[in-house]
Amino acid sequence: MATKIKPDEKTAGDHQNANGAAPKYKVIGTRPVRHDGVDKVTGRALYGADVHLTGLAHGRILRSPHPHARIKSIDRSAAEALPGVLAVITGKDFPNLKDKIADLGEGSVNLADLSANCLAHDKVLYKGHAVAAVAAVNAHVAEEALKLIKVDYEPLPQVNWVLDAMREDAPLLHDNVFTSEMGKLAKKPSNVPVHLHFETGDVDKAFATADVVIEREFKTATVHQGYIEPHVSIAHWNRDGHITIWTSTQGSFTARQQSAELLQVPVSSITVIPCEIGGGFGGKITVYLEPVAAILSRKCGKPVKMVMNRTECFEGTGPTPGSFIRLKLGAKKDGKLVAGEAWLAYDAGAFPGGMIGPGCMCVFSCYEFPNARVDGYDVLVNKPKSAAYRAPGSTQAAFACESVMDELAERLGIDPIELRQKNAVHEGSRRVDGPTYPRIGFVETLEAAKNSDHWKSKLTGPNRGRGMASGFWFNIGLKSCAAANVNADGTVTLIEGSTDIGGTRTSIAMQLAETLGLGAEDVHPQVADTDSVGYTDVTGGSRVTFATGLAAYHAGLDIREQMQARAAILWDCKPEAVTWDDSVFRNGDRKITFKELAGKLNQTGGPIVGRAAVDPEGPTNGFATHIVDVEIDPETGKATILRYTAIQDAGKAIHPSYVEGQMQGGSVQGIGWALNEEYFYDDQGKMRNASYLDYRMPTALDLPMIETIIVEVPNPAHPYGVRGVGEAPIVPPPAAIAAAIHNAIGVRLRELPMAPHRVWAALRDKAAGK
Amino acid sequence: MVKKSHVSTTINGEAVEFLCEPRQSLLEVLRDTLRLTGAKEGCNNGNCGACTVILDGVPVNSCLVLGVEVEGSKITTIEGIATESHLHPIQQCFLEGAALQCGVCTPGFIVATKALLDHNPNPTEHDIRFELAGNLCRCTGYDKIIRAVQDAAAVLQENRS
Repeated sequence: MATKIKPDEKTAGDHQNANGAAPKYKVIGTRPVRHDGVDKVTGRALYGADVHLTGLAHGRILRSPHPHARIKSIDRSAAEALPGVLAVITGKDFPNLKDKIADLGEGSVNLADLSANCLAHDKVLYKGHAVAAVAAVNAHVAEEALKLIKVDYEPLPQVNWVLDAMREDAPLLHDNVFTSEMGKLAKKPSNVPVHLHFETGDVDKAFATADVVIEREFKTATVHQGYIEPHVSIAHWNRDGHITIWTSTQGSFTARQQSAELLQVPVSSITVIPCEIGGGFGGKITVYLEPVAAILSRKCGKPVKMVMNRTECFEGTGPTPGSFIRLKLGAKKDGKLVAGEAWLAYDAGAFPGGMIGPGCMCVFSCYEFPNARVDGYDVLVNKPKSAAYRAPGSTQAAFACESVMDELAERLGIDPIELRQKNAVHEGSRRVDGPTYPRIGFVETLEAAKNSDHWKSKLTGPNRGRGMASGFWFNIGLKSCAAANVNADGTVTLIEGSTDIGGTRTSIAMQLAETLGLGAEDVHPQVADTDSVGYTDVTGGSRVTFATGLAAYHAGLDIREQMQARAAILWDCKPEAVTWDDSVFRNGDRKITFKELAGKLNQTGGPIVGRAAVDPEGPTNGFATHIVDVEIDPETGKATILRYTAIQDAGKAIHPSYVEGQMQGGSVQGIGWALNEEYFYDDQGKMRNASYLDYRMPTALDLPMIETIIVEVPNPAHPYGVRGVGEAPIVPPPAAIAAAIHNAIGVRLRELPMAPHRVWAALRDKAAGK
Repeated sequence: MVKKSHVSTTINGEAVEFLCEPRQSLLEVLRDTLRLTGAKEGCNNGNCGACTVILDGVPVNSCLVLGVEVEGSKITTIEGIATESHLHPIQQCFLEGAALQCGVCTPGFIVATKALLDHNPNPTEHDIRFELAGNLCRCTGYDKIIRAVQDAAAVLQENRS
């Protein structure tokens, strides 16, 4: 049973708050080579696509060429007759599911929708929507078979921009979706599943008292997580009814749960083996291929491997929402904010449940607002169902709020960092949607930004400008398990269930090593399958180093306690009389090291396994502040990043290199979102740039080094002070870059991406006096 | 089915023969026929560099080369970069510099770096960024990769002197 872990005396001993002396750590804060490193630099690491099984069949998916159409009929006979084809399935081969909401750890989903997203039922809702699947002796034959499946479509009118989809006369995606508003359900179906509303204070009255009021409108394009490894799954439905799934997933247990629900089998009938995962960023939580491969396997009696191509990743998996935001801020002359109002519409894609909830909660999360109103709309459009993408919903909201803050600073003649310092949230501040902040490190990031070499340096030259912006992410806790086996040589094998996307095996192992006074290399971490470790939630929400690290810490305490009892047996004393300090057990003059005692376990009662199951409170929020210098080419409108500094509160950086890596990687994804990336749709609602050539992510040549400043305001709810770091760094870049562009050329861009053609047009309009 | 062709080539210093269909890419042959799965497929159309191998001294996207084209060629894949007992300095520098996160682009980067440092042992930061622009990484923001390549260049220089 999972226990709620709260900061208690047992953990408090290891922890000093920000005012106390910094604790001395042996392992935490060092930069050891990661445990899986050699496999990853030699090509030996086993990713999903590298798995090969005896008798393996290969599956491919037929996808809709229409953004919106009714499926009148599917004739698969010619495909089935092709030599080498083993099975052909459609949505009708899936169990018929009733509406049921499943929690996926970072967002929830209606299982009937999820099923229809894996293989369409009656309608296709976006170009790229899966319609049928084939298993064959190899992928080429499967591909040929797809061309032989005859689908009779009745094309329907499509809509793919939120404001169009919200109109009364918009084409409806679903006739059974009714707007839920303040607990009430509308009578007429619409493309708006949810209207959220938060309000605090008297907003209209407060705006009337403001010295300055600025209201602006913002648009952001749909963007993709862009993980380099395409989705891949291999499923084997054995003749005893057990299903084994090898997959690339952020959560093996959520993949198991979703697959079980969609296939209508008990969770214990499925084993999910998480392979190495080639990036996820939120996009590898929802299942796409797993249940399809399983049904194909059941039909053909062989394990079936399915790998998406890059076009399928763009067109058939969840990108993050495009959005429209109208945002208004009111402030006094001294810069103190008196009121804020935001109206946000985020596209959910083809099925309800987009990122509007976190968007609404994040939009005013950085500042104290005595009066505020937030309205948010989840909007159905003919695009792939949106998925989480690193701080889902926060980046769009921050682009709007931080851009207006920058304009406010300019209007009031206040330094933009100072304006933020005047209004920044701190411990005890209340977020507009209700929660009160615990100890957080936002003001510390602003202070560090102000004192940074970058902010103090002088920027000279024409068409160059500097901007800054801040960003917020909740961070989450959720459930994690760990088991740790003491080996006779004094090392410990750590078994945990968090798939490792960015080096978390090591950040978790380091916490166990610290707890036991061992070296990082003395802990051997293994990411286990769903039969070999206790339930563990997804690698998402910046939770793994916090929560699974906490599980490792408690498994370490469990080992320590058991080892103390063994030392007591050796010395014939009471276990309480055995003390522990820096990997040495003592009783009076007697002492024995952890390693020595590990070699004597068999004489003192047998093996020791430490274990922990946690569902912790207090992940506490992450804040980032970024500074950027850009140069604009006035001929082309192209923005070049000259210098970039990311500042973030990490609580305590367990492995500073991998914390920096999160900050740098998140910043660069944000830079791509700001300057280049977008789903480009034609007037038929079809994506026209579904390749890495045309959906242009940043390359090494587009960037400078990304400087980092790690701020450490320890999280009081974690024994080592850890806060999640993965997501906050994607939030500030678009707003920071927009501010820098304004500083460089005097125009404000309020639509993402700020691609050369938009900057060029803004310069042209400025020259024309528009 | 199309008749398969017989191809003789040298991979990582060893003579290798294989049969392949004309439509099969070198990447597919390496991964599925020869089970050298270190080269990764990220896009299968030459835009991500995860499948980079060195073909007769030149870094190529193996997804854009046909299996039948490598008759008589010499190929180095990620599996051929380390010696029997030691990592190559490039691999060591990637490890020590934390220049990887998910690791799926890493084989391509290391092979491309090998090709770069083989012909330009003392590259500037711009040289490195230019030469590696064909390799996409979505996790690191490239910073630690560029530094690892700089470190590897320095180590290799030192080893030579």
